[in-house]
Amino acid sequence: MSMVLFDVPGPKARARHKIMAVIGIAAVLAVLVYVIMRFIATDQFSARRLSWINYKQIQLSLVEAIGNTLSAFAVGAVLALAFGAIFAAARLSDHAWVRAPAAVIVEIFRAIPLVIMMFFFYYGLPVAGVKLTAFTAVVVSLMLYNGSVLAEIFRAGINSLPKGQSEAAYALGMRKTQVMVLVLLPQALRAMLPTIISQLVVLLKDTALGFLITYEELLRWGTRIGGDAVNFGRPMISVMILVAAIYIGLCLVLTWLANYLEKRNRRNKKVIHLDHAEPLALNEVKV
Amino acid sequence: MSVLTNNLDLFLRAFGQTLQLFAVSGVLSLLLGTLLAALRVSPVPVFRGIGTMYVTVLRNTPLTLVFVFFLFAYPLLEIVKIEPYTAAVVALSLYTAAFVCEVVRSGVNTVPVGQAEASRALGLTFVQMLGTVVLPQALRSVVPPMTSTMIALLKNTTVASGFAVFQAGTIRDSLSEQGENVLFGLLWVAIGFVVLVMPLTYAQQVFEKRWSVAR
Repeated sequence: MSMVLFDVPGPKARARHKIMAVIGIAAVLAVLVYVIMRFIATDQFSARRLSWINYKQIQLSLVEAIGNTLSAFAVGAVLALAFGAIFAAARLSDHAWVRAPAAVIVEIFRAIPLVIMMFFFYYGLPVAGVKLTAFTAVVVSLMLYNGSVLAEIFRAGINSLPKGQSEAAYALGMRKTQVMVLVLLPQALRAMLPTIISQLVVLLKDTALGFLITYEELLRWGTRIGGDAVNFGRPMISVMILVAAIYIGLCLVLTWLANYLEKRNRRNKKVIHLDHAEPLALNEVKV
Repeated sequence: MSVLTNNLDLFLRAFGQTLQLFAVSGVLSLLLGTLLAALRVSPVPVFRGIGTMYVTVLRNTPLTLVFVFFLFAYPLLEIVKIEPYTAAVVALSLYTAAFVCEVVRSGVNTVPVGQAEASRALGLTFVQMLGTVVLPQALRSVVPPMTSTMIALLKNTTVASGFAVFQAGTIRDSLSEQGENVLFGLLWVAIGFVVLVMPLTYAQQVFEKRWSVAR
């Protein structure tokens, strides 16, 4: 943490900071205590509301739900990476008739909300006689949207390599494909790996949108168990805390992987450090 | 085409509602996000910790889960009753604020330390330094990624479809009730979003080119 805006604090400022720290902690504690008091007042953690944990059936269905989330993530990620690679290559093509349609497709799929895409595949296509399962609709939508974003990431990665790399390769007599596959891609992939992984975190989070089209993933499992008023008296709070913890845990593992790779890259002398890697990463905001 | 012309009123009302959701949660998330960014660059470690905690939790939670929490779980706590529309605004604002915070913070961090040090050496006060040196430079690098965040927010308003909040994502429900062609209806919704997003993307590219700081 570089102190961009502040001088190193002197004795007076340090004393002031201590007071502010106490106020800050008090404010956070006050909010936490209030929330916990509401939990207790509305009896969110009574034995009946937590009894769902004991049922083997429910434990198994939780594992299955996590499995469904992860399988949508895995299939979606592989397809999105392939889609991204193909369309990045098409957008970098020397032929305008390949470049232009690829650019239009990528721009359009980046502009359509994922929810609308999922609705289109799940509710829209049956009108035309094509019936897709919820899983297929989720995976295809994830592929189209995240694939388009990944295509832009790949393209930016290759474009940001120093020109000398491809010029030297051409000077050695390599053909276009060779330049791309042997020289540009390996370097671009290494440099873009952290960005690619953080896009995969987005993809993992987006699998939860499958909830809207009745795909039996983790969040839908949570609302089913949490909404069970008959057996457990609607244990929504405890179930949702668990579901959130699982999602955050999964995402943090991926984020940690991205940070680890970034650190390893920084040590590795083979990796070209891109001049404008920072603004690039900044502009590709993942939401 | 007839799906659109027959239901033009529905489409206009729904997209109007989408834009309203977008505008309200956009303003709220900008305010909250800037506040969080101030916490994250503050000299008090506890404040930094609070900001980091918030951003880590919200950034790694699916937006749909935030929606489920505010629409299904929050009412069980019996604190203050809120309408589904308000709950949607709260969920969108809290979620987007985490991203706004990151954009603002990284914008401030792109200003080299030397700039602030040089202004202090010249005897500028803290306010002068912020107002005339640091923020103008930070703003330039913030606007393009902030535009992407806002585009994402605009698209994210459709998540409210699963929670009985009327907006462009729920056009499908109304159409299928009336027995209209859902396939073409959804195509028109998609086109509507492309029309809304494209100018923003274009503006972002223009800002980026015109405002890029040569360092």
